[in-house]
Amino acid sequence: MLEQLPILSFLIWIPVIGGLVIMFGPGDRLLSISQRVGILLGIITLLLSCWLAWAFATNTADMQFVEASRWIPSLNIRYELAIDGISLPLIVLTSLIGLLVLISATASIKKRQSQYFAAVLMMTGLMNGVFAAQDAILFYVFWEAMLIPMFLLIGIWGGPNRIYATVKFFLFTFFGSIFMLVALIYMGREADSFAISDLQKLPLSLTEQKWIFLAFLLAFAVKIPMFPVHTWLPDAHVEAPTGGSVILAAIMLKMGGYGFLRFSLPVTPDAVAEYAYWLILFSLIAIVYIGLVALAQKDMKKLIAYSSIAHMGFVTLGTFIIVYLTAMQAQSMALQGAMVQMISHGLVSGALFFSIGVLYDRMHSRDIADYGGVVNSMPVFASLLMLFILANAGLPGTSGFVGEFFVIIASFQADWRIAMVAGLTLILAAAYSLWVYKRVIFGKTANEAVARLDDVTKRERLVLFTLAILIIALGVYPQPLIEIMQPSLEKIIESATLSKIGGIG
Amino acid sequence: MSMQTQLLLIVLAPLVGAMLAGLLGSRLGKRLTHRLTIVGVLISFLLSLRIFWGFLYGNATPVDITVYYWASFSELSIQIGFMIDSLSALMMVVVTFVSLMVHIYSIGYMHDDNGYQRFFSYLSLFTFSMLMLVMANNFLQLFFGWEAVGLVSYLLIGFWYQKESAIFANMKAFLVNRVGDFGFILGIAAIFLLFGTFDYAPIFKTMGQAEEIMKISERSAENALGLMSLDGSFVAWGDISWPIITFICICLFIGAMGKSAQVPLHVWLPDSMEGPTPISALIHAATMVTAGVFMVARMSPLFEFSETALTLVTIIGAITALFMGLVAIVQSDIKRIIAYSTLSQLGYMVVALGVSAYSAAIFHLFTHAFFKALLFLGAGSVIVALHHEQNIHKMGGLYKRLPFTYWTTLIGTLALIGTPFFAGFYSKDAIIMATEQAQGPAASFAYFAVMAGVVITALYSFRMLLVVFHGKTKLDQQQFSQLTESPRVITWPLIALAVPSLMIGWLMTGTMLDGDYFGKSLMVLTGHDTMQAFREEFTGAMSFAVHGFMTPVFGLMLTGVMTAVIFVWLKPGWGATAGKMLSPVNRLLERKYYFDEVYQKVFAKGSHSLGDVLWQYGDKAVIDDGIINSGAQTLGRIGQVLRKLQSGYLYHYALVMVLGLVGLLLWILLRG
Repeated sequence: MLEQLPILSFLIWIPVIGGLVIMFGPGDRLLSISQRVGILLGIITLLLSCWLAWAFATNTADMQFVEASRWIPSLNIRYELAIDGISLPLIVLTSLIGLLVLISATASIKKRQSQYFAAVLMMTGLMNGVFAAQDAILFYVFWEAMLIPMFLLIGIWGGPNRIYATVKFFLFTFFGSIFMLVALIYMGREADSFAISDLQKLPLSLTEQKWIFLAFLLAFAVKIPMFPVHTWLPDAHVEAPTGGSVILAAIMLKMGGYGFLRFSLPVTPDAVAEYAYWLILFSLIAIVYIGLVALAQKDMKKLIAYSSIAHMGFVTLGTFIIVYLTAMQAQSMALQGAMVQMISHGLVSGALFFSIGVLYDRMHSRDIADYGGVVNSMPVFASLLMLFILANAGLPGTSGFVGEFFVIIASFQADWRIAMVAGLTLILAAAYSLWVYKRVIFGKTANEAVARLDDVTKRERLVLFTLAILIIALGVYPQPLIEIMQPSLEKIIESATLSKIGGIG
Repeated sequence: MSMQTQLLLIVLAPLVGAMLAGLLGSRLGKRLTHRLTIVGVLISFLLSLRIFWGFLYGNATPVDITVYYWASFSELSIQIGFMIDSLSALMMVVVTFVSLMVHIYSIGYMHDDNGYQRFFSYLSLFTFSMLMLVMANNFLQLFFGWEAVGLVSYLLIGFWYQKESAIFANMKAFLVNRVGDFGFILGIAAIFLLFGTFDYAPIFKTMGQAEEIMKISERSAENALGLMSLDGSFVAWGDISWPIITFICICLFIGAMGKSAQVPLHVWLPDSMEGPTPISALIHAATMVTAGVFMVARMSPLFEFSETALTLVTIIGAITALFMGLVAIVQSDIKRIIAYSTLSQLGYMVVALGVSAYSAAIFHLFTHAFFKALLFLGAGSVIVALHHEQNIHKMGGLYKRLPFTYWTTLIGTLALIGTPFFAGFYSKDAIIMATEQAQGPAASFAYFAVMAGVVITALYSFRMLLVVFHGKTKLDQQQFSQLTESPRVITWPLIALAVPSLMIGWLMTGTMLDGDYFGKSLMVLTGHDTMQAFREEFTGAMSFAVHGFMTPVFGLMLTGVMTAVIFVWLKPGWGATAGKMLSPVNRLLERKYYFDEVYQKVFAKGSHSLGDVLWQYGDKAVIDDGIINSGAQTLGRIGQVLRKLQSGYLYHYALVMVLGLVGLLLWILLRG
């Protein structure tokens, strides 16, 4: 029965339309109803995404759950949705994180709550759209549209310096994506189609590929973000409300990594080969430079934001190292590493930003110096945060280890020096993670305010324990995720290593 | 019960105990918590003992079992599984036995602590992690166990998290270990490059074939590797190229240096004494710190093929054995003395590894686990009796009041300094004899270090024993008369550890060093058989010990003991005079060769300031102010124009974007 339904459309439009209804509906006057409806919609979205995962066939790289219909026929723009092994995990992650944000928001957002709910729901749907769209223009529409609720989230519920942060965020992302649009339109006209699969097949000269690659790079590098276009992220995080930060870190950054896999590698394989050297270099800078910068942070959110950038360095490293690898096994390992790192970072950074939110709701400070000895008043919270911090430091047995391990091992096959620089993360990530934990959690109770802290509420427990369980499960047994992704990653590797200009790929 | 069930039970019983204690501890209460965790470890111990017995006296054969596939793709399968042979069986017994003793001891030691349940949870979690490490059949699981024991060590050093020194020490321990792990993971990556697998079995098989080739056709090691196409050279940097085997072994050994606290990555171990004493016994003496030694022995099929790596191992071990022992002489904290002693003894084991005497290294690990755990638990008993006093100069004369503690500590001390018939004698003598046989550039230095180490060990051990237990007490009369021996949960484990400290060498040397206990689980190439002299000389535990009284080693030991007796007992003033005369040396030892100061300034402060500079100048000045904000100002001017049109500008960016999008689409539409 379910097979006939347009599940992907549901995953997009149920939360979007639900969000619109809540936004323009009764609003805060019927807050409890709006909240309940919002959470119900979030649960439905999550259940649908889980059903998707359950019904997904793991033995093929073909697109599944295809929905295609006309949209703007005069331009060959189609409403085409489908998923493969790399879309699916990201959609499940999006739906999960969206729901958790809604659950935690019921307590921590104090003004215009129903609109907050609406914004989060719409964002969830639109991000699902990004990962499901198989038409480039449709993809672009979702890509840009999801920024609007994010701007609102930071602009309305954000901190004191929110305008600066929003403007910076806007500038970076807008300049990034406008070039992507140009590239998409150019290719669409060449191919006479905007279907992503057609763009992937489109023959392009090296010069064309280079320009297209750079246009894509601007968009994706800003999103991920890569050094040196990363500086918007710490500012955006600092000003964003908890839910905004969680979505930003857990999902929005993944759109960049997804873009590289879906567009850059298959569409412009020769340009990728041409520029991989630089991208690897910038990934390594991200890992080391940003790791050191994180060490110097005094604001918890900034610290985790910087740590996110360093962790995403592994995604770009894993993605572009395949150019220097020859065996399918090593290439698979590299891309598996990049993908697992994305999912894991979604869970871990989400959990960390939720945890900072827990503290912020109580103390209204993100300053590390205002804390100390939190374990004395919040033991359960302290144990959970310990797990997240260790996952952030890549401890084996947590999801944080899997991706980094694969990427380090795979890049060693290319050049041991790359692996060595990347391996420094073992020391750096442990240093900034454990040091912030020591200053905030351990020690004698630092002040009166810390002494009065209450431990996590039931609602916070639900959110944090859910993430904790997933982080451990993925660390102890990543195989189910790996199995889902492998055929699609192999397909990407094949197209990425096949030259479009007839030379040696 | 099938083998797989048994093995799963061995690792899972402590894990379940840890989870129950950790999650439900407050509901279970103290008594039920320690009972549950002890039952878990007891199950592990009994099953491990059974397996060990099979290897020792039966005809057990090694097994290699896959539990599940952690990840598999593209013809690569990474598994979680167990390799049980005589080496891992021995480690399992050591780990579970000492853990069991420490669990029981902790009932008394941690009795009044608020974190009682948490403590037992960590203890059992440690046991689980350590078992995963020693039972692993592949590098991924080895690394998992490796990091997991490091984590529990971190948690336990910082167990008293209100203590500033403790939470500094635990972070330091974790980070220094991470430096080692950095090398370790590169080693694992290189292994994958060379062998295309993480599993031990195929790696050992390949290396075994190389050994066969050497034996049959009398080729050199390099030649044999060449025939197996394992001789790829590795361009380290610029023109320097190494055989890849050497690269692998050095990287793995860097990991071992972190975990087994070898110079220069030793700095975390003395500080780890901030943790509760039972932990120092279990983790920082008997088991976790020996993981590095175990790993190198496990990887003997690789290390055997790299002379360079073995030389490095020998040098590092010798430096640690000698120089860390010296530091122990000037310490006044009872736990730190034993900690430096542990460092020095780990150095002995590493020297043994370096001279290919793997069996001697593991045997010393085995005996050391008992007597060093005993010494720590004895020290803990003293500390408890004196209400957490750790300065030996505030003790004295305790043997009258703490008889059990005294006699067991005496046994531990005699075992440590290598008194004939005691456990440490056999293992240490084996190491010294093997080092004497060793060839290679580092051998003579190593031999000097282990010989000098004998004097030093005897000196600091007897100094501690005499200052703590003999002489006139420094306690006031009332306090002294109120001293009572620790309760039975504390003394009983002391006795249980004293028995093997006394007997185990006597009982097992024949089987383990002279016999073929280790069989194929350790590989020694023909030219490296440094244990041959020992085997020739060893005609039985009795005669070997009797002969032990007539060796120069015994003379050195007596020298050490006599020096301690003179300086502590007969001429107490001499110590201060000697200290003054040798004040630069004394100072160097008291500051522990300034490792901490240098590391703190260069690495800790250095990386923090570097991060700060990068942030202030890289991110803020260059990227933000230089590039972004100047761009933003330009846009700001456009924004001002817009602001005149409408009020409130945040929404406009969103609006402009949407309008721009629509406009673009219209443009395409019209053009198309």
